Amino acid sequence: MKKTAKIKWADFNKEIADDNYYYLRSCIRQNFFPGSEKAFLDILRHNLHKTIFDDASHTTCAGIGYHADIVTFETLQTIAARHFSLMNERGIPSAVVSCITSFGIYSEILATWEEFPEEKEKIRAYLKKATGREFEVPENVVHSCDIIYKFRNEIAAQMKSPLINQKTGKPLKIVDHIGCHYSKMFPERGVGGAEFPKVLTGMITAWGGETVDYPERRHCCGFGFRQYLVKSNRSYPMSNSKKKFESMAPYKPDAILANCPGCTMFFDRWQYTLGQIEGKTYGEDGNGIPVLTYEELAGLVLGYDPWKLGMQLHQVDVEPFLDKMGVQYNPDDKYKGLNGKYINQPDFSGCLKV
Amino acid sequence: MKDLDFLTSTPSRQIDYEKFDTRLLDSVLENETSFLTCMSCGGCTATCSAGNLTNFNVRKIGLMLRRGEIDQLSVEIEKCMFCGKCTLVCPRDINIRNVVLLIKKGIALLKTENILS
Amino acid sequence: MMNKPRHIAVIGGGIAGMETASRLAQAGYKITLIEKERITGGHLTQWSHLFPDSSDPAIVVSRLSSALSHQNIKVITSTEITDISKNGQYFNLKSGSEMSLNADAIVVTSGFHLFDASRKEEYGYGLFDNVLTSADLELMMKNEKPIRTASGKKPRRIAIIHCVGSRDAKAGNTYCSKVCCITGIKQAIELNKRLPECEIFCFYMDLRLYGSSFDGLYLTAQQKHKVQFIRGRLSEAAEKPDKSLQIKAEDTLSGRPLRMDVDMIILLVGMEPGISHNNFSRNGSVQLDENGFLKCKDVHAARNLTTQTGIFMAGTCICPMSVSETLENARSAALEVINYFERKM
Repeated sequence: MKKTAKIKWADFNKEIADDNYYYLRSCIRQNFFPGSEKAFLDILRHNLHKTIFDDASHTTCAGIGYHADIVTFETLQTIAARHFSLMNERGIPSAVVSCITSFGIYSEILATWEEFPEEKEKIRAYLKKATGREFEVPENVVHSCDIIYKFRNEIAAQMKSPLINQKTGKPLKIVDHIGCHYSKMFPERGVGGAEFPKVLTGMITAWGGETVDYPERRHCCGFGFRQYLVKSNRSYPMSNSKKKFESMAPYKPDAILANCPGCTMFFDRWQYTLGQIEGKTYGEDGNGIPVLTYEELAGLVLGYDPWKLGMQLHQVDVEPFLDKMGVQYNPDDKYKGLNGKYINQPDFSGCLKV
Repeated sequence: MKDLDFLTSTPSRQIDYEKFDTRLLDSVLENETSFLTCMSCGGCTATCSAGNLTNFNVRKIGLMLRRGEIDQLSVEIEKCMFCGKCTLVCPRDINIRNVVLLIKKGIALLKTENILS
Repeated sequence: MMNKPRHIAVIGGGIAGMETASRLAQAGYKITLIEKERITGGHLTQWSHLFPDSSDPAIVVSRLSSALSHQNIKVITSTEITDISKNGQYFNLKSGSEMSLNADAIVVTSGFHLFDASRKEEYGYGLFDNVLTSADLELMMKNEKPIRTASGKKPRRIAIIHCVGSRDAKAGNTYCSKVCCITGIKQAIELNKRLPECEIFCFYMDLRLYGSSFDGLYLTAQQKHKVQFIRGRLSEAAEKPDKSLQIKAEDTLSGRPLRMDVDMIILLVGMEPGISHNNFSRNGSVQLDENGFLKCKDVHAARNLTTQTGIFMAGTCICPMSVSETLENARSAALEVINYFERKM
């Protein structure tokens, strides 16, 4: 911490590689928001003309097991070392991590190795023994939201729908929520540090929107694996989210933008749960506040079809937000899959079942 | 006998320094010397995610450790979620997360040695 | 006495430099006082009240200013010393390429700068309209502006936050700035005088009231001005829709987290070593202590002597000090300089 002591965080920027990335996917995002990772690859390749390698042979980082006290730290480090080895094999020096939990895990491991080099040597031996592989630490490890942040202005230059309310002409008000493991553990690994990271607000303002600061902005969403994995504890994460909704609602935000798979999922689904339990919603007209991933927001801004972005899987209906933005979409296509085939639809979406 | 309650059934509220079990404290201090510098400012508790919704008090974890109240400590320590926000705000730069971790390890050891039920 | 008056350069025209210069001039030495700002007087020119007697700092400054108009004193303002070198028996002082002068001895009185509160970003200084520093409040009172929130309303509740940038490893300053506690109490009293309806809370870790009359002021604040004290360090401040602020701390005495809405926050910012110290230490002419202040030769016997013979120091370039301590310290530095030359004779 000594080296960071005199930093003025508002001016702090971290190093983010320019091109040639190795993509480390998330386990749970592909279930929660399955279109987002695809959108990230599409935006990088087609809009930003970057090279990114999506490797079928990388595995989970085992973060869920680690945080649930099932997987040991040694195992966790060895898995990460294997991923680094895969990167070395391809000659790719920069990792882009899709999940905040994984990003936190990699940050923790790299910090551990910096502080305790003997730990790294131990893992070197473990990996060799288990797989015969060797590894070197990547030059740059960032979260995928860092990449979108870095190229926010390039995206703005190709913008089809800015974050402007088409009816009023005013900027859309968007609340950001940063996953705790993005920079609360290692402030120097986040754009703008731990208290007010700029990574999401930078996107919002670059694309014409307005950011909202509210009292519980820095509070955790409550996700915490050891809470929500135990069903009897689940009201605990829920009360954390509720604390946040209560605090942001008076600002009447048009959407919530998050960078963590867990937070995004919780904010989306808990609004329904709270609606059912308490009969209260936090958005307009009985709807909740739409919750977006940053890839979805970037995709919408760039004119991607919302249903191709996977937005039909949201619990809180996104249509009011799309309408405000003036995004063109066909309501009949909402539940059509990639090949135009009907993919079935939920009994109910939104927050209040009437 | 009811009249003699204070004599028979009420445990003394006095902190008895002579009865402290310092093994846990010693092991924590040995492995995380930064804990020596706590000045009980309460910044940790104010920011603690767990303490916001439960009666968990992360500052008192340190206090219980220093006062040798291991039975109570072993119950309270389970409420920590390891989010690390306490470590982030600590003006003494104490690795509080590691202190909690070391306490948990120490308690597990005491349990396996049947010293603690 | 000496055949020829010795020439002494005093670097820094705050109260320490002014007092040292005038005392040495009275003793017959020739003085050049160099100040980087346009005027002398230092931080006190921006301050409204002094503890513990609530007096006007302008009285101190004007007394020192008139003492400066001595025939032996030359004052150079708007000039910052960038380099000091030893040239035989002289010290050579330079300000860029514009100014160069020789002196037989130097007294460094370069003072402090206030902690930049925006570095404690969790408190929202520079982000939220109603988060002020103690210096902002002093300036407001000095200019006789009514104490109002950014939107012009009378604040109903104000929180004064102790130890901002002091005793804080995360801000890189582990030392105590010493004068903030009593400043906070003094400001609480001044606020209550101006806003009798307003509730005032001080959030502290320890109240360090070291002066003989400081505890008396603490008592007055409690008894007469109904200032309330909560023992807990602020973890964060956040702005609400109406621009009031929500703060979080632990009420450590009841052992529970506390949340409070206030209309205004005053951050008691501490003293940091002056940036110019790096200029002095860069060429090894003087050493710094573990906190970045100038290191003294002996903490008991030679408080005004730097690690370099012939370079003396006084005031808050040594450590945080109150006004009265600074002035005493300046007089003590003048005495050390006189002793130095008399021994040399």
